[in-house]
Amino acid sequence: MTAPVLEVDDLRVQLRTPRGTAHVVNGLSYSVGPGETVAVVGESGSGKSVSVLALLGLLPQRVATVSGRALLQGEDLLSMPPERLRQVRGPGAGMVFQDPMTSLNPVLTVGRQIVEGLRAHADVNAAAARRRAAELLGEVGLPDPERALDRYPHELSGGMRQRVVIAIALSNSPALLIADEATTALDVTVQAQIIDLVERLQTDHGTGVIWITHDLGVVAGIADRVLVMYGGRCVEDGTVDDVLERPAHPYTRGLLGSLPDLAAPVGPGGEVPDLTTVPGLPPPPTDLPAGCVFWPRCPVRGDARCETEQPPLVQVGSGRSGHFGRELPHRAATWCSEEVR
Amino acid sequence: MLRRTGQSVVVLAGVSVIVFALVHLVPGDPIRLALGTRFSQETYDALRERSGLDQPLVEQFFSWAGAALTGDLGVSFRSGETVTSLIAERLPATLTLAFASILVALLIAVPLGTLSALRPRSLVDRGATVLSQIGISVPEFWMAIVLILVFAGTLGWLPSGGYVPLTEDPLGWAQRLLMPALVTGVVSGSVITRFVRSSVLEALGADHVRTAQAKGLPTRQVFTWHVLRNALLPLVTVTGVQLAYLLSGVVVVEIVFAWPGLGQLALQAVQARDYPVLQGAILLFAVVFLVINLVVDLLYTAIDPRIRR
Ligand SMILES: Nc1ncnc2c1ncn2[C@@H]1O[C@H](COP(=O)(O)OP(=O)(O)OP(=O)(O)O)[C@@H](O)[C@H]1O
Ligand code: SF4
Ligand SMILES: [Mg+2]
Repeated sequence: MTAPVLEVDDLRVQLRTPRGTAHVVNGLSYSVGPGETVAVVGESGSGKSVSVLALLGLLPQRVATVSGRALLQGEDLLSMPPERLRQVRGPGAGMVFQDPMTSLNPVLTVGRQIVEGLRAHADVNAAAARRRAAELLGEVGLPDPERALDRYPHELSGGMRQRVVIAIALSNSPALLIADEATTALDVTVQAQIIDLVERLQTDHGTGVIWITHDLGVVAGIADRVLVMYGGRCVEDGTVDDVLERPAHPYTRGLLGSLPDLAAPVGPGGEVPDLTTVPGLPPPPTDLPAGCVFWPRCPVRGDARCETEQPPLVQVGSGRSGHFGRELPHRAATWCSEEVR
Repeated sequence: MLRRTGQSVVVLAGVSVIVFALVHLVPGDPIRLALGTRFSQETYDALRERSGLDQPLVEQFFSWAGAALTGDLGVSFRSGETVTSLIAERLPATLTLAFASILVALLIAVPLGTLSALRPRSLVDRGATVLSQIGISVPEFWMAIVLILVFAGTLGWLPSGGYVPLTEDPLGWAQRLLMPALVTGVVSGSVITRFVRSSVLEALGADHVRTAQAKGLPTRQVFTWHVLRNALLPLVTVTGVQLAYLLSGVVVVEIVFAWPGLGQLALQAVQARDYPVLQGAILLFAVVFLVINLVVDLLYTAIDPRIRR
């Protein structure tokens, strides 16, 4: 029984907006074990990015209210003093941001931006840090890494910038890697290379990974577990097999149905499951429904409580043992998991 | 760079045509003004011929522009001195005041604008907003007179005006520079503060700042290299504009503080319809403007890698 790298408990995020308080993350709980990859999926606006930014204290302080607990290797990220949080950012948790075009500083060279991250945490001289930076760029598959060090972000393509951001996130061999759409801008070969690299880091350092993505192919390929977010809540989570092959929540089924054929999971008997796309839009986070968040769009609505009472996230089906000896339950937040099946 | 210089030359040629035309459009006869009320027709004609004013305007322009190319800006109708020597006489005072003012302006604007941006809508921010509103809207002569009344009058700490060269009397130079530099510096500083505030605010909200924080950089380093460094770009432009304005003579302040700068020279030239001096001064302002533009562009190229080619 190994202690998890990250244990999130009842994470809540409110953002002050001109249109009122937005309840963007509403009681999220999950954990990431050492060497484990948790894929987070969900429609745009479901709170995926905000929920991970909140972990590292990267939301604008003036508008964001964060509560709950997030233990990184036993230490609560949400209540640690600023200087400790600074030390943890990097070696504790590395983050790859969603938008590679804007996540690098346009007026500093790529090399400098990697080197400063290295030197913020380790006592290395400039030359050694530079060598390490070139090495990292090579590892993420940047051609001619030595020369790339002296380039400015605008001289690189989107894919190359994304790889630089990945190199920065990996540079301090983090215990937890948070990748927000990290490989979206990359072609398949490079994507495979990055995934290899991350897997190596996971075997060597036991790095836990949170992988936010829209790409079900990636989920099926790299994730151990999947967490489905809707309206700032986890509506379903479980092993990849459980969630993709036996989705219990109407939203998950809708989501799977709306994804391209390539990614559509194949049922136990080899048949492609009969899934439907869910029409409609997610509720605005300033005005969430009182009962089940999915109620306005749900085609099932098979219970009297659907409209009025929030369904708890409870185990569905049979829990099973993961390869780290932990229980890996399959959970869903719906009153009607049986009807869905 | 070469193209920029070429462009500047073309602009300058255009400007000199406009300057010439404008100056000659100012109503009033310079010879009459120079001669006073009683003079004979012969004296008038002789003087008119000597100053070349009897020639057609186009010819006047080409002879003026031709001479200007060789550095000869003509002779003042009023004093008979060469325009270049008149300008050279005034230049040190103007340069001194302009650079002292821009220094004052930056010393006010950078800390104040940055603090406002760091704590938007805080007491500091509101205070800075009010102060810069006041700085922009209160007339310079009013500010100048209050300063003179307090520091030269009541307290008697500073002379009320005048100028002595630094080399002759360093203390006197500084004492006389202080008040005019403060007045023009506060005005420019008020404008620049607003710019600093908005550019720091913008830089603070940029995505790459989050990346820098996520790397675990110390707050100071994030602020210096990922916020201020980026906010510097617009600051260079607005400082250049303010400097150009200060260098082209701040007439009101020069008059109130008896500061012998180019602004006063130009004003006297207008009053006397002293065409050569006026043309020379305006041409100089145009050159100053172009040079500052060029310097700003060069600085930009040096600090913003996106512009480099
Ligand atoms: N700084 C902010 N201020 C106000 N609202 C915000 C802010 N950042 C995000 N939001 C809102 O929070 C909600 C969740 O946004 P988030 O970026 O987490 O979604 P996401 O699941 O990552 O979507 P995507 O798949 O498009 O990246 C959205 O409604 C968004 O408008
Ligand atoms: S609780 Fe009711 S409304 Fe919500 S997903 Fe389940 S069936 Fe649909
Ligand atoms: Mg996102």
